[in-house]
Amino acid sequence: MPAIKTYKRPVDGWWRRNPFYTWYMVREGSSVFVTVYALILLTGLWRLTQGQEAFDAWRASLASPIALVFHVLALWMFIMHTLSWFKVMPKTMPFVRIGGKRVPDQTIINAGKIAAVVCTVLFYVVFLWVTP
Amino acid sequence: MKRSNKPIFWSLFGGGGMLAALFGPILVFITGIAVPLGLGASKDAMSYQNVLALAQNGLGKIALFLVITLFLFHGCHRMYHFVHDFGVHVTPAMKAAFHGFAALGSLAALVLLIRVG
Repeated sequence: MPAIKTYKRPVDGWWRRNPFYTWYMVREGSSVFVTVYALILLTGLWRLTQGQEAFDAWRASLASPIALVFHVLALWMFIMHTLSWFKVMPKTMPFVRIGGKRVPDQTIINAGKIAAVVCTVLFYVVFLWVTP
Repeated sequence: MKRSNKPIFWSLFGGGGMLAALFGPILVFITGIAVPLGLGASKDAMSYQNVLALAQNGLGKIALFLVITLFLFHGCHRMYHFVHDFGVHVTPAMKAAFHGFAALGSLAALVLLIRVG
């Protein structure tokens, strides 16, 4: 078979040319942090099943500088994820109609952000309430 | 026509994305910053006894399972599309690898949550 279409357009650094693309890459890049965070929790669960000594070693590793740096970056990426998730929500969900009128995009975005704040506060309050 | 598996993976992606958008930041703050540093939370909040009690509780099991599996499926699905932005040509085998990784992690979470009692 003859080789066809051998030219590949270079893609290096295309996201640096325009701030819109940079934010797109931040948004998509949050997936790496979400995945690694899930794996950290999964590791914790695995260490938990191995007993107290193993679990305490996992907890100690969370207090290491590299883990703390990762989690600070991850917190920023998760917040970016929250903001972008609700920003695109009017495009990713079906139209919502109330009284025959389409709910404006900005209302949906704001409702999502308010829901995130409410969930965050509620979770933190319940967490403080149930832990010593 | 062969049925598309897209709705399944998109639902898992969407569910994980919503869970991460609503609870992700506070989860990362608590488990990764507040508790390890004892800043805004007690260092003992994630003691062996506390986390064991959470993992042995029915609702706690469901919460842990949902967070781990949905975050994995959300992250892996998005990373699969993300590599294309770096000029990597994606293939069905890569799609299977990314989703398979999330599925394996989920299976591990399930087994561990059963084994923890």
